[in-house]
Amino acid sequence: MRTSRILAIALLGLAIASSAFGQSAPPAAGSKLTIGLVLVGPYNDRGWSQANYDGLQYVKAKVPGVDFIYIDKANSADRPGTTVSQLAESLVSQGAKMIIFSSDDMMDEANKFAQEHPEIFVVMTTGDQSWKEGKAYKNLPNMINIMGKMEYMKMVAGVAAALTTKTGKIGFLGPLINDETRRLAASAYLGARYAWTSYLKKDPAKLEFKVTWIGFWFNIPGVTSDPTQVADDFFNSGYDVVISGIDTTEAVAEAAKFTAQGKKVWAIPYDYAKAIDEGKGVSLGVPFFNWGPAYAKAAKDAMAGTWKARFEWNGPDWKNINNPDTSAVGFNKGTLSKEASAAVDRFVAELAKGLNLWAGPLNLQDGSAYLKKGEKASDQQIWYLPQLLQGMQGQSVSK
Amino acid sequence: MRKERLAKLLFGIGALALALGISTLVLLAAKAPPLAAYANIALGALGSWDVAANVLVSWVPLVLATSGLLVTFTAGLWNIGIEGQITLGAIFATWALRALQGAALPPALAIGLAFAAGMAGGALWALLTGALRTFGGVNEIFGGLGLNFVSTALNIWLIFGPWKRPGVASMSGTVPFDKSLWLPTLAPGSRLAPASLALALAGIALVFVLLRGSYFGLRLKAVGRNPRAALLLGIPAERYLLAAFLGCGLLAGLAGAVQVTAVYHRLIPSISSGYGYLGLMVAMLASNQAPLAALVALFFAALNVGSIRLPIVLKLDSSLAGVLQGSLVLFFLLGQGARQRLLERKRGGRP
Repeated sequence: MRTSRILAIALLGLAIASSAFGQSAPPAAGSKLTIGLVLVGPYNDRGWSQANYDGLQYVKAKVPGVDFIYIDKANSADRPGTTVSQLAESLVSQGAKMIIFSSDDMMDEANKFAQEHPEIFVVMTTGDQSWKEGKAYKNLPNMINIMGKMEYMKMVAGVAAALTTKTGKIGFLGPLINDETRRLAASAYLGARYAWTSYLKKDPAKLEFKVTWIGFWFNIPGVTSDPTQVADDFFNSGYDVVISGIDTTEAVAEAAKFTAQGKKVWAIPYDYAKAIDEGKGVSLGVPFFNWGPAYAKAAKDAMAGTWKARFEWNGPDWKNINNPDTSAVGFNKGTLSKEASAAVDRFVAELAKGLNLWAGPLNLQDGSAYLKKGEKASDQQIWYLPQLLQGMQGQSVSK
Repeated sequence: MRKERLAKLLFGIGALALALGISTLVLLAAKAPPLAAYANIALGALGSWDVAANVLVSWVPLVLATSGLLVTFTAGLWNIGIEGQITLGAIFATWALRALQGAALPPALAIGLAFAAGMAGGALWALLTGALRTFGGVNEIFGGLGLNFVSTALNIWLIFGPWKRPGVASMSGTVPFDKSLWLPTLAPGSRLAPASLALALAGIALVFVLLRGSYFGLRLKAVGRNPRAALLLGIPAERYLLAAFLGCGLLAGLAGAVQVTAVYHRLIPSISSGYGYLGLMVAMLASNQAPLAALVALFFAALNVGSIRLPIVLKLDSSLAGVLQGSLVLFFLLGQGARQRLLERKRGGRP
């Protein structure tokens, strides 16, 4: 089947072919749709990959006619000799008509796949290549980008951290340095600083916020820094709350270990709603993604023929940020003091009413102006934050 | 002679049967249906032209690495450092393409130069192990292993440092090269580059001729069997050992260059894909016979590509392919050992 298609295209000539399928989305999939999910880590990592996996379980339960298959550990360290687009093709050969690439590391391969398979619906989670106003825009009619506005929930995490820390020192366990991780670390800082100054009425100079990057989304021995070690370093040097920005739960495990030794420390995991169960007593809460609703919408579009290439950056449902049917991001509260818990509720209510912490005056880490007084950051300014913010310690750009 | 061949074949079949037995036991222990698993591997490797092409894509670097190892094995060398030699080949090829990307060279020439650079990189790394062995008295197993770690560190440093993407250090590697610098494929969407296939065939054929029918091959064999005796016969053993390293390095470097120009189109952290270690197994299993090595490599490549279906269809881990490959080599070596003992007993030698 495919060979004949390829031959036909070869006959038409590359130029004609690319303009021919450069125009429209794939035809409607009809009443049955198999989705193929490509995961960067194990499907049961209790972090990023599992959140995506659970998102598709939601779609399967809510959208009649949908089934899904997946391949996990889609990275060249775990599956040597393979490429991500090749793995996606294996899913297509098993009947997938829609492919979800669920990691920012898959950008090149997702683009290649989308171009070579104009008949397949493609979602790239966290990507920006379908954002017309973005820096990486590519005209790919079969490509939808989906991302959640995690910035809000990282701010909430910052509030929980600021209300809990006794030393005034908050650590941020960062993955690798890119636009996404910079803006999420900055959001956590903005939340912490806001709670520190507005709720606790403390001197902002007395709040320390330090980011340490490990080099990837999860530990790869010999390649990344060891997140366990980084978390230990934080706890050993007076940082008593560590906010995790990586896909796995080392920060919580280390907080539990230190607590068992009699130290008072806490951690905030990331990505996965149930990651909160890992560290009973030490986990302040978890900012999490809820991919189900956005994936369900994309699936319905593919089936009905209403697919349109687009960039989605979905926010929380402010009526209930943890609503599984409507909210793209949420925050599950964990072990919080009464005061901290109340502050988190108050902060969420203020955000819902329009509080915007991404507003001037704000400087970048090197002291240069980012937002003037009264200026509100545009989506592009937030998405492509060029450095960490003034007041944050840690590397801004990878050297 | 004929009897001996038959015995060899029988032992080979026995090893395969035992390896299948072990893999089946592993599957049963995991409560997975063994027949369905094997059927899926077969379908995943041969079920369509696309996957069969993917098997060949994987076969090319594997057979190049194996060809190189046939040379060092003949010289009696355990060239564990082949992984590093592939990696250095990839690094040098990337370096060449980065340097040539802006130049107004015809793409074919740029790719050709990248291959040459890759071969030079592999050869350099192999000669380093060789020099450590011949001049420094460091066994090539330890020297090679050490240099493997160095090559990995160098590769990661380049990807996360000097060659990182603008503003982002990414595990997905360096920025992909311009499409004009990809080794051309038969059709858009296909992964198989005919030129890489030709290189692999040329590589294994060259090694076959070299080892089978040349004076060099004969003397290399003598060095491999007994370096001291060879020396007494007037063969400069050290020079032959270095030549073997050089030959293997050239082919391993070429494998690395293929990974960069034809498979990933960029430098990635695990660019060698483990083909060096896999090649060691292939060469052992093929008893150092070039044509057989090509076939065994094809079988291993098919297992690797076919096993991608296991997690998708049966929710099984793909590492089953590794279990099968590993136990196959193990049983084959065990069989060889057993056969040796039997022969010795027959001849009335040591019990």
